[in-house]
Amino acid sequence: MDLMEKNLELLEVQKLEGHNDRVWNVAWNPVSSSPSPILASCSGDNTVRIWEQSSLSRSWTCKTVLEETHTRTVRSCSWSPSGKLLASASFDGTTGIWEDLGDEFECISTLEGHENEVKSVSWNASGSYLATCSRDKSVWIWEVLGGNEYDCASVLNGHTQDVKMVQWHPTMDVLFSCSYDNTIKVWWSEDDDGDYQCVQTLDESSNGHSSTVWAISFNATGDKMVTCSDDLTLKIWMADISMMHSGEGYAPWTHLCTLSGYHDRTIFSTHWSSDDIIASGAGDDAIRLFVDSKHDSVNGPSYNLLLKKEKAHEMDINSVQWSPSKENRLLASASDDGMVKIWQLETKS
Amino acid sequence: MTLGLINANPVVQAKKERLARTQDQHRDDDDIRDPEHPYSLEQLSVLSEDSITLDDKLNRILITFTPTIQHCSMATIIGLCLRAKLKECLPLHYKVDIRVSPGSHADEDSVNKQLNDKERVVAALENPNLRQLVDECICSSEM
Repeated sequence: MDLMEKNLELLEVQKLEGHNDRVWNVAWNPVSSSPSPILASCSGDNTVRIWEQSSLSRSWTCKTVLEETHTRTVRSCSWSPSGKLLASASFDGTTGIWEDLGDEFECISTLEGHENEVKSVSWNASGSYLATCSRDKSVWIWEVLGGNEYDCASVLNGHTQDVKMVQWHPTMDVLFSCSYDNTIKVWWSEDDDGDYQCVQTLDESSNGHSSTVWAISFNATGDKMVTCSDDLTLKIWMADISMMHSGEGYAPWTHLCTLSGYHDRTIFSTHWSSDDIIASGAGDDAIRLFVDSKHDSVNGPSYNLLLKKEKAHEMDINSVQWSPSKENRLLASASDDGMVKIWQLETKS
Repeated sequence: MTLGLINANPVVQAKKERLARTQDQHRDDDDIRDPEHPYSLEQLSVLSEDSITLDDKLNRILITFTPTIQHCSMATIIGLCLRAKLKECLPLHYKVDIRVSPGSHADEDSVNKQLNDKERVVAALENPNLRQLVDECICSSEM
């Protein structure tokens, strides 16, 4: 199925209104899909909202608002792999852990330690670790103990500036972070003893970005990742992870290709779908979708623009995320305009 | 070119008019500079001049300001004040870029990067002390 040959369009399914300030991030619950997919969004209004699609009416409503915990902007949120817990990273310096109790969410723990704004939070594949990062330049790894207990396992220093996002690898306990210092760092514990070290830094000399890196996203198999930046490019990276799986040591990431000339404002978010469509959300209010051109070339793979949705929102797009659902290609987006939007990628009728 | 007025709309229109007028001639900084609306920071001698480039179609505005000294420690505060004031004056969907004029500051790249990192600006303006300082700057004047 060559996507480029299909006449595809991104249709707006619904606009979710409710937040009173810009929406910074959206996160799909990994386990709930049909008939009731669940989406979390977080905002400059200091709250997290949980949205659910009704199986009857097919329309989305706000199921609950997680409030009165964070005292400043909630910058990002992330579901645990089990889908039962939600972590919220806030400018108030704390990370909230919320449990889904059915008809409401309870804040079961608050992780403190960062010196200033927490920018991002990520769970590892097994749900045994959480990572957070902050403007204090550090990345923290937290161990998930039983009984709602969380312990700081590691404080990772290395970035020289504000760390914008952390993202665990989808299959291995390797942690990635990206920063205002223009680099991406890879953190790994060789002996699996919880002693994480920076094993690689992707900077300009490795064909890396020349300005703030805002986001990282992996493909489903975890052998490729895409990063987006204030330098107006997306970069695709690859690694021989089979090498790592077979215990042969660390497999370094190398630059595969750069997508430039497509964006003229900062790219704040990028997400790689399970069927290999890369979405980007940028400061020009547009969503762009890219696919592998599948043309063999001496220079390696190249990516084509599948479509550009202009004026997807009325203001900057801060987050784009593909739904984990295999049944349809749903994309959620969040914007400075205070809206969350649900989109469906479909063949033009 | 100076920002002068408390009332939002005249500021935007005034800029548009000025740009429309100068588009016929060569874009000349002297034409864009308008001494009619004294800027409070200008009175304090922290700012000497602004230049504003407005892209009406794309709703984008670039503001360049010139700190009076190369090592001005107020540069980021001035930038924050400009952003805070513009947020009050301009329609919400306008994209604003703020820079120090080239060569005017020792840490030009660093200052520009901070002033144009939306997340950093938002976080800074959520800081109560900084917010208070900015509010005092923008409210106390004829800005």
